[in-house]
Amino acid sequence: MAGPYRIQGETGEWEVVLGLEVHAQVTSHAKLFSGSSTTFGAEPNTQVSLVDAAMPGMLPVINRECVEQAVRTGLALRAKINLRSVFDRKNYFYADLPQGYQISQYKDPIVGEGEIVLDLPGGETKTVGIERLHLEQDAGKSLHDQHPTKSYIDLNRSGVALMEIVSKPDLRSPEEAAFYVKKLRSILRYIGTCDGNMQEGSMRADINVSVRKPGDPLGTRCEIKNMNSVRFIQQAIEYEARRQIEIIEGGGSIDQETRLFDSSRGETRSMRSKEDAHDYRYFPDPDLLPLELDPSRVAALQAGLPELPDAKKARFMAGFSLSSYDAAILVEERATADWYEVLARGRDAKLAANWMITELFGALNKPGINLADSPVSADALGGLIDLIADGTISGRQAKDVFAEMFETGKDAAAIVEEKGLKQVSDSGAIEALIDEVLADNPDKLAEYKAGKDKLFGFFVGQTMKKSQGKANPGMVNEMLKAKLSG
Amino acid sequence: MSLDKATVASIATLARLRVPDDRLEPMVDELNNILGWIEQLSEVDTDTVAPLASVTGHSLPLREDVVTDGGYPDRVTANAPESVHGFYAVPKVVE
Repeated sequence: MAGPYRIQGETGEWEVVLGLEVHAQVTSHAKLFSGSSTTFGAEPNTQVSLVDAAMPGMLPVINRECVEQAVRTGLALRAKINLRSVFDRKNYFYADLPQGYQISQYKDPIVGEGEIVLDLPGGETKTVGIERLHLEQDAGKSLHDQHPTKSYIDLNRSGVALMEIVSKPDLRSPEEAAFYVKKLRSILRYIGTCDGNMQEGSMRADINVSVRKPGDPLGTRCEIKNMNSVRFIQQAIEYEARRQIEIIEGGGSIDQETRLFDSSRGETRSMRSKEDAHDYRYFPDPDLLPLELDPSRVAALQAGLPELPDAKKARFMAGFSLSSYDAAILVEERATADWYEVLARGRDAKLAANWMITELFGALNKPGINLADSPVSADALGGLIDLIADGTISGRQAKDVFAEMFETGKDAAAIVEEKGLKQVSDSGAIEALIDEVLADNPDKLAEYKAGKDKLFGFFVGQTMKKSQGKANPGMVNEMLKAKLSG
Repeated sequence: MSLDKATVASIATLARLRVPDDRLEPMVDELNNILGWIEQLSEVDTDTVAPLASVTGHSLPLREDVVTDGGYPDRVTANAPESVHGFYAVPKVVE
């Protein structure tokens, strides 16, 4: 990769320092402290219990699965699991927070320090520290655009379990922040603890941004709230870093504050109303005893984890001789990696990776189809690769066959048969074609013999044309060379 | 520890309590009195005592991940001053 990311200001180069707090919705049937459903998109207030609506006298009872999902996530982040953690009340007033406090974890989170390894372009990696992971409740949803003077409140999301995953301030560029979110998402999806759906709000990030001259102590940070797109995260960081540099270079200083990103204008702006809201007056929730974990249960959860992206990537690189870049692409999603393993089994693994990444992903991306809905299955693409490997068709012909497979869903052998596409590798037949071409073009042949070397391509082209594209191009090349030099 | 008038006013704001100016001074005295009582506890040496969360010896009960509740939007919004299309309708709160 190029040198470290720097922003050129009027007084020299600046370094950006970033830390992320990612809120990941825990995959579970029921909410963190109540028995109501977590399904997305239901009619308003239909998935709300009297606990979620904070009716007087209701008591929270914690969901075992949500706890175990947090532990699984901690283990996948190679983090310290705290066998004793405490739930606290974080107090603030907002219309979509019926309790007037969020049940969260403050001093004693369920998961402590861990790490994530980022796959950067060029095959480099970077290890980013995780500060902590804690469990907390989500708030409800406010709709502000349905009525001129009213906000509408839906509590369906109120009380759904979230994991807040806090990174150390180890990230140094918008691109690294993007890779961090992608890698975290990949790990969460592998272990099934969060679906990672950013459009539906299952994963949202708050970004702490500060700037400094390289080597200086940390600057004052601003927090950009509630980002739900990797692209916007990058834009917001770029804008915010430049804003801070301009203020500092203009002789001002940065106020630590919360900001919102306005994606339509590409800028961040202050959330002034939150200025005095930072005094959350945390205290241990008297409705909930400390959460104690059994070490043997933690060990069982560890044993139950699937192969994680880093381990899979290392195995693909060693076992299939893939580059770090190709392997990283193939392991990002577990389903993609499984698909590839079916494809590569018993075949040239490198060729399989190239076909999958270049041709298949290219074809899927254009209309925006998911791999799961691919009209070409792993076995079908494997069939095509087999026809290349045994010389039945050339790589060029295979591309046309692939396009046809993608269009019609037919298998490769059937298309080759139907279109009479079989590659001609019979040297006698090719020689006959070459002889015809040379006989048809005596003037070009004379010019070639007189030293016009670049006509070689002309003869190759004519021979391929005469064969209707079916001649083995390698053999045509070699045999032509032999003939013309003779 | 003792609180001054400004701190008490700020606590009242955070708790969304409207405290008239002439009530602030007496409230400072009342709260400081309570804090004084609590501070007596720090005279006890607890250096070697682990924090106690419960006297019952019970541990946190856990619930299975099964949907057992919800599905009654009318009960949820029954006491709402106003509800529209199943939502609570509140005075506009927007940044």
